Amino acid sequence: MAKTDRRKQAAALVLYPLDWLEERSGLVGGIKYFLFRKVPGDTGWAQTLGSATLTAFLVQAITGVILAMFYKPSPNEAYSSIQHITNDVTFGWLVRGMHRWGASVFIILLFFHMARVFLYGAYKYPRELNWIIGVLLLILGMFEGFTGYLLPFDQTAYWATVVGMNITANGPFVGGIMAQILQGGPDIGGDTLARFYSLHMLVAPGLIFALIGLHLYLVVRLGVTSPPWSKEAAGADYNEPEPEPPARAGLVAPTTRGRPTP
Amino acid sequence: MEPGQGDGKSQVPGPSLLPVAFAIGLVIVLVGLIISNWIAVGIGAVIAFAFGGVWIRDISAKSAVGEEEPPPPPTRPGAAVSPATTAAITEGERYPRDRFLEGATLGLGALIGAVVTIPPLGLLAASGFEGQSFHAVNLGALEEFPVGKFMITTFVSDPDAGEVSRRTAYIRNNGFLGKLPSFTILSNHCAHLGCPVQPNGPVDTAQKKEVKDKQGNIVLSLTPVQPAGFGCPCHGGQYDTEGNRTAGPPVRALDRYTYSIVSGHLVLGSAFSVAKVEGTGKDAKIKKTRLQFPGQHVDGPEFWLWPIPEIRT
Repeated sequence: MAKTDRRKQAAALVLYPLDWLEERSGLVGGIKYFLFRKVPGDTGWAQTLGSATLTAFLVQAITGVILAMFYKPSPNEAYSSIQHITNDVTFGWLVRGMHRWGASVFIILLFFHMARVFLYGAYKYPRELNWIIGVLLLILGMFEGFTGYLLPFDQTAYWATVVGMNITANGPFVGGIMAQILQGGPDIGGDTLARFYSLHMLVAPGLIFALIGLHLYLVVRLGVTSPPWSKEAAGADYNEPEPEPPARAGLVAPTTRGRPTP
Repeated sequence: MEPGQGDGKSQVPGPSLLPVAFAIGLVIVLVGLIISNWIAVGIGAVIAFAFGGVWIRDISAKSAVGEEEPPPPPTRPGAAVSPATTAAITEGERYPRDRFLEGATLGLGALIGAVVTIPPLGLLAASGFEGQSFHAVNLGALEEFPVGKFMITTFVSDPDAGEVSRRTAYIRNNGFLGKLPSFTILSNHCAHLGCPVQPNGPVDTAQKKEVKDKQGNIVLSLTPVQPAGFGCPCHGGQYDTEGNRTAGPPVRALDRYTYSIVSGHLVLGSAFSVAKVEGTGKDAKIKKTRLQFPGQHVDGPEFWLWPIPEIRT
């Protein structure tokens, strides 16, 4: 008797602030709606790649914010500040390593996620706009990689950026102008580093955050797609015995859709 | 392009010349960009905008005919509250108050937005082109450059920028041409994508000479080398000792620097691009062009087909 009373008391203690928040903002309901929305029954592990990419981006954001507290974006101090982070600061090597390797993880997951969407045909009506936003996110992710690569300001960083800027400059009509705006002059100089730093940690992440918000909004609004072999989407009854799938090898799981039923 | 032709019976619009005029405007803009004639670009833009605008108005007018045109009283969803007010608006005011307020809010908002965003964007864009002052660099006395030998000359092109403006040129004294000394000064920027080209030959590091400033930073270094040519480590471009491309992906010869001689000292000038060099040393005939980005053709059909504006300083 006393035990159930105590349980009720504990529940009330947790629920009271949540109710207070819900009554004034509707946030709890919104988050519940987001987390517990309905998805097709045959949604699988492949559909988690988007969340994995988001997690990789959040890791980049958090480690990047901490690294920005130690990094100095000036040509004479950049390299030594990176050395300081790597060799002197406690856990500096770890956080820098997470940011450096996490960048590759982010791009790789981005491509896996894109491949999943493509192979499942999840870019089709009415989700075309979400595909377009995804492409913009891919471009911004690559831009993050390009601008971040200069920041250690060692020889690799410098010459890779020289080559990258000259490739930019070879675009027709506006290539040269774009390169000169990006590097702040006809050549890479002291301004270039600060400019890339600002683009890397303010402009591009801001745009990425905004576009991820739109991306998720559309995912929630339009729902998750079933896989192309989905029986649920095809209206099959799970209680019926499954017909024997024909023996064959292929990338796509065997399907009975579009075949004459025996 | 034109909606409302779905069933093909309702109305068949006569052929319009407006898209053609719009396209002609665009062509003039593109040709103007290719030949760097900004007047032509402006004229083309005006033509394209004018005819494009009329074309869009034409299309929208046609598609509006297809829709059900609502009867004249312009009742707006917000204003349609009571019959009395709607009557007052439809009869009395041709330009109602709420429309004025809407226009004023949007117009003022746009104005304020422009006032606060144009200066930062201007700073971002203009800083790449304005105030890029050119610094002449004193490379030391002429006697430092032995005739017929290349000197790997590393210098700081802008003392204020410091280390990041360190550049390398390969300088050869060609002896006298008539009464004046002649130099070949090759930039080390590969004409493919700008990597630093290296001399193909033993570098005589024992003979290296360095000049330091008051803080002890090396501002100038000279190292003799007798290369068979120059090669780029990035993508394998090869050049001969005149800077002509001999192999690999570069699209033109190595860039060169102008120079002057001031009281017995060699002074480095600005860089320029080179299509081709005929002959060698002081007798070389250099096909000079304005400085271009690496990877850009400076002559031939590719130069015309792939227009890139030259470097602006």
